[in-house]
Amino acid sequence: MNVPNSFRTGPDESGHFGIFGGRFVAETLMPLILDLEKAYNEAKADPAYKAEMDAGLKHYVGRPSPLYYAERLTEHLRANSEPGKGAKIYFKREELNHTGSHKVNNVLGQILLARRMGKKRIIAETGAGQHGVATATLCARYGLECVVYMGAVDVSRQAPNVFRMKMLGATVVPVQSGSKTLKDAMNEALRDWVTNVDSTFYCIGTVAGPHPYPGMVRDFQSVIGNETREQMLEAEGRLPDSLVACIGGGSNAMGLFHPFLDDPSVKIFGVEAAGHGIPTGEHAASLTGGRPGVLHGNRTYLLMDDDGQIAEAHSISAGLDYPGIGPEHSWLHDIGRATYISATDEEALSAFQLVAKLEGIIPALEPAHALAKVAELAPTFPQDHLMVVNLSGRGDKDIPQVADILGTRL
Amino acid sequence: MTTRLDVRFASCASEGRAALVTFVTAGDPDYDTSLALLKALPGAGADVIELGVPFTDPMADGPAIQAAGLRALKAGQTLRKTLAMVRAFRETNDSTPIVLMGYYNPIYIYGVDRFLADAKEAGVDGLVVVDLPPEEDNELCLPALLAGLAFIRLATPTTDDKRLPAVLANTAGFVYYVSITGITGAATPKPDVVAQAVARIKRHTALPVAVGFGVKTPEHAAAIAAGADGVVVGSALIDALRGTLDAEDKATPATIPAVTRLVGDLAAAVHGARRQAAE
Repeated sequence: MNVPNSFRTGPDESGHFGIFGGRFVAETLMPLILDLEKAYNEAKADPAYKAEMDAGLKHYVGRPSPLYYAERLTEHLRANSEPGKGAKIYFKREELNHTGSHKVNNVLGQILLARRMGKKRIIAETGAGQHGVATATLCARYGLECVVYMGAVDVSRQAPNVFRMKMLGATVVPVQSGSKTLKDAMNEALRDWVTNVDSTFYCIGTVAGPHPYPGMVRDFQSVIGNETREQMLEAEGRLPDSLVACIGGGSNAMGLFHPFLDDPSVKIFGVEAAGHGIPTGEHAASLTGGRPGVLHGNRTYLLMDDDGQIAEAHSISAGLDYPGIGPEHSWLHDIGRATYISATDEEALSAFQLVAKLEGIIPALEPAHALAKVAELAPTFPQDHLMVVNLSGRGDKDIPQVADILGTRL
Repeated sequence: MTTRLDVRFASCASEGRAALVTFVTAGDPDYDTSLALLKALPGAGADVIELGVPFTDPMADGPAIQAAGLRALKAGQTLRKTLAMVRAFRETNDSTPIVLMGYYNPIYIYGVDRFLADAKEAGVDGLVVVDLPPEEDNELCLPALLAGLAFIRLATPTTDDKRLPAVLANTAGFVYYVSITGITGAATPKPDVVAQAVARIKRHTALPVAVGFGVKTPEHAAAIAAGADGVVVGSALIDALRGTLDAEDKATPATIPAVTRLVGDLAAAVHGARRQAAE
């Protein structure tokens, strides 16, 4: 395979990262995504748009988020490592953003774009509810109508976020079709968009969907990696040696990874959800257990059967419970620039509890998958190895579910 | 090359009437019932058959066709079996065109070249693949045309005059005008608005234009038929089929007659429409 001069130039004009990506949508939506692409390209070139974004990120979202040295986790893992081993671990604190996760970075960008395009009605899909909450929040802030599609299964396991969205004035539609999780929520959002073409802006929550969404959402999330770069240079005088992030669709990971793709010294690890374990078939690890196919507007790795029917994903974490992955991750996987591994439900649950006790930070179940692999990776590197993990969300939303699993009645 | 689609639309035109295009989902509620229904459709009055290829995630379909696809998948339908069904249909019918309608992933996974060869051999005449706009023509549209299968394009209310030539460029057989912005079986299109849209498309192409999405009753089909070369009815037939299933979604003796009766009513209405309008 040809290795490009830069890993940061994608997508090409037709929306492809290698063979991945593209615009696999119904004709009704095609003029809409062409309009969106045009509007986004104009906005990118407009200093007023950038100024509005920067101000929103600083004063409303609360950026920059800290890069925090996780001293006790580092020491804990060193105590279990061979002498001289045990990487120095930093958390990129995206859970401190307004609304409690990285999702708001992207939503701010898209909502400001929707305003430029004169759209008054915003729709979104959500899994864990973090993207739904972020969308409902920005819609409240700008006085826009907000409809959030959420799988009926996720509505029941993420009840706190459903209530938050309603408090913020959004309409939450429980989706009863298919597997009643994130993929079905996305189907239903697309059905809404194809019906309400004039009034509606579809705010996609991850680096997937038809072009221009994967590249656009990545651009909005790249603030994570850009800040990390500056903060690490300030803290340690050099770049990190490795990056670790969890992946459902992959937006927090792509936001951290993208600014470092052309720094060959930086190792990159994406962590998919292995659910009950890859061999059981009950997981959400599209790269590890899937193959390239076409769904939701893009070609990417998908979980499916031999007839091309999409399989139901499984993860303890509603935010990772998706049978696909952003197309740029599929490309980075195929060319080998990033390494993709996976963590089981059980491993994530252990990491969730470990980090709460050692660092006083309750992570969301999604980044708990990344933390589970940090616990495995860190002992394999020397002590001067700088490892950054994206703490992409806080665990408040998961408290009822985790309490239930651990046998505690709230 | 003259195809079954060309012949059928030409003969309808020479009779001064629109074609009735009937949609059913392959394998709904099971393979044998579905094949028997397929064989009964031409006799009931269907001029062209659209055969839905079941998919787990039909983004452009409403609840009726979503449920039909899931019933078929549950009963074990696959793309391979759908092609076998067409082959079995062709043993007794060589004139009624069959168009497969579905989504790209099952075809992509089957393998495009192998699929085109097998579909052609089975007796498929055309393809409607909802999630392949002209921007993705290299995927299936151009290979299909080379293989001698019509790639039938969807034109929609959002397809403006500037975009229409691109949409019509590599299409063949007929143009499928999606009469509403929305999913199958949802809103009901207004006949006068649809007739204007069809006239707009016909200024850009010599191909027949069939209208679908949301056409439900014989009266409504007749009104649409007065301004188009064909009328597509799908969700209404699926609803008729579903209404006859037992508590476990299995076929009953009423299943096939319920669908063919509605096809008969629709055919009488559609076939009579243009004549009425002309008199």
